[in-house]
Amino acid sequence: MKVDLYERIWMWAATVIIAVFITMTGISAVAFGIRPPSHVETIDPTAAMADPRFAQPGVKLDSAAKHATVTIVAMTFVWLPDTIRVPAGWPVTFRLTSLDVTHGFEVARTNVNTMVEPGYVSQLTYTFSKPDTFLVVCHEYCGVGHHTMGAHVIVEPAP
Amino acid sequence: MTRADKLAIANIGVAVGAFSVAASMALMQALSRANLDLPFRSASMYYLSVTAHGVLMGLVFTTFFIMALGYVVATRALQRPLPWLGAAWAGFWIAVAGTALTAGAILSGRASVLYTFYPPLKAHPTFYIGATLLVVGSWVWCAVMIRALIEWRREHPGAAIPLAMFGMMATVIVWLLATPGVAIEMLFQLIPWSLGWVPTVDPVLARTLFWWFGHPLVYFWILPAYVLWYTVVPQRAGGKLFSDPLARVVFVMFILLSTPVGLHHQFMDPGIPAGWKAFHTFNTLWILYPSFITAFTVIASLEVAGRMRGGKGLFGWIKTLPWGDPMVASAICAMLLFAVGGFGGAINASFGMNAIVHNTSWIPGHFHTTVGSATALTFMGAAYWLVPRLTGRTLELRPMARVQPWLWFIGMLCFSIPTHITGLLGMPRRVYDPSYGGDAVAAGWKWLTDVSAVGGLVLFASAVFFALVMLFTVLVGKKGEPEPILFAEPLEPAPAALVAKLDRLGLWTIIAIILIIAAYAWPLYSHLMMARFGAPGASPF
Repeated sequence: MKVDLYERIWMWAATVIIAVFITMTGISAVAFGIRPPSHVETIDPTAAMADPRFAQPGVKLDSAAKHATVTIVAMTFVWLPDTIRVPAGWPVTFRLTSLDVTHGFEVARTNVNTMVEPGYVSQLTYTFSKPDTFLVVCHEYCGVGHHTMGAHVIVEPAP
Repeated sequence: MTRADKLAIANIGVAVGAFSVAASMALMQALSRANLDLPFRSASMYYLSVTAHGVLMGLVFTTFFIMALGYVVATRALQRPLPWLGAAWAGFWIAVAGTALTAGAILSGRASVLYTFYPPLKAHPTFYIGATLLVVGSWVWCAVMIRALIEWRREHPGAAIPLAMFGMMATVIVWLLATPGVAIEMLFQLIPWSLGWVPTVDPVLARTLFWWFGHPLVYFWILPAYVLWYTVVPQRAGGKLFSDPLARVVFVMFILLSTPVGLHHQFMDPGIPAGWKAFHTFNTLWILYPSFITAFTVIASLEVAGRMRGGKGLFGWIKTLPWGDPMVASAICAMLLFAVGGFGGAINASFGMNAIVHNTSWIPGHFHTTVGSATALTFMGAAYWLVPRLTGRTLELRPMARVQPWLWFIGMLCFSIPTHITGLLGMPRRVYDPSYGGDAVAAGWKWLTDVSAVGGLVLFASAVFFALVMLFTVLVGKKGEPEPILFAEPLEPAPAALVAKLDRLGLWTIIAIILIIAAYAWPLYSHLMMARFGAPGASPF
């Protein structure tokens, strides 16, 4: 096919740009572990709060490992708990599930972002670098009170 | 007016009607986002109106307009009468009945589940049944389009498919590859569950089936706009198409790559392994390629037009383009806005960066520059071109038609850029009141949502202008001999052997099906084999 010279240059440039995008994505996923939360674990949504995994929502600190685990239950239109205190500099693993419809857990101004769906357990780990207060929102429409479904993460100096 | 033209006009009529209702819903939402105290303002009204806006704009306006354009291309580009006209009318009425059922469910407050209708949010069964009928009606349209091409090919053995028809057939194929996903979701999950025949539904499975449909849906929206950019805009601008075979390559790439990409909408979903999300990411990034080529070819075609009209120098050709033709102005404004959408789309699709924008207001900011501009504004421009040519009436209120694309352009920039930025600052999409009880972070979004509300007002004015021009043209436009509907000639005749290879639509469809199986068979199979618990669902609206 006869293709105009400028268009050929443009097509090569487009190919290079996309190849660079794919390489960057590949390197960041493999070498730096930058991947979307893709935890695979199921749970009965009608009995989630009787399940030992979600019976006691809240923050658990492991001082020896300097690691925090936050267990959160979502339901229309609240996060349980809605005030989450975690230490700065420690990896924080969030574990979430929903009792009713699909919700979305987002800590504004961070990369903490996951869907929270009934029947599934979402899990992701993030380290808050310094003490601060973050707004948590529900980002998946869940009903008439969706916009009221807020919470806060309060990052405190590590013990 | 032939019976096929009447059918096209009926489809455009439904499209413009749906557009007008949806635009009035949008006005209320924009003001609500800015947290203004309005009469009748309530959370349930807001979510009802977001649902109506999304369904009527995204599914009804687009589908009916695309069906109309298909019938116009099948009769004008192929220069033969439409086959199966009775079936085509039946398909139209099935789609209208489906739209009425769905719109009734939404407007009566029984289906505020938004246009993505993710279960286990449960709508009234008529919402799902109506949406399914709309898709069934569009399948009849697909059958008529395929029949038209088969009959034409029999009459013209060995001839190259006219480019406009080639592009519309790519649209038909993409739609036929996309819709099985949502059909399976509707028939095996949502309809039985909403009727109470099965107690629970698996939300992750439903979302996977939805996005099998949902991403190629965006190409169903954009390909007809590309058909207009490639084959009509250069003709209206007084020029020629820069490259015919490259346009065909673009449409073939969309047939191949539109569908095996849906998991990039589910990066943040639990229950789906990261490897499959990565595979869909790589497919997604390649689909930028045909749009890169389109950007070059379409702008080059405009430059050809500008120079044929006497434009000189590096940029002189821009001045000589026929800016007074509302179709040309609409298409160029649409292309400029689509450039914003294209860059945003590359961010949405990237495995790592999606976490910053997923489900934030960045997303509606993004798709208002794509479907809300590249598609909607091009279609509005196409309506100025088509309606007088189909009805034989003159375009009325011409000054309004000239201003309208620019109002849309300015309004959309004003709406969309702040909406992108609030997304980066963490504001979720689809919220009635983004103040979060006076939270300091949320307070930082306020001035930006105010700007986007101004953008919403300008867009609404533009929509009113468009609806008025249509109404006056159809009601009081002076009757006369309609101008012909013409398509652009290529700058150079396309090499016949190459075009014959590209015209093998059956082969491309088979390869596309193999790619879909590669992308979805194993993830769906392993999902179904996993121990899962359904959710009974709720209707908290």
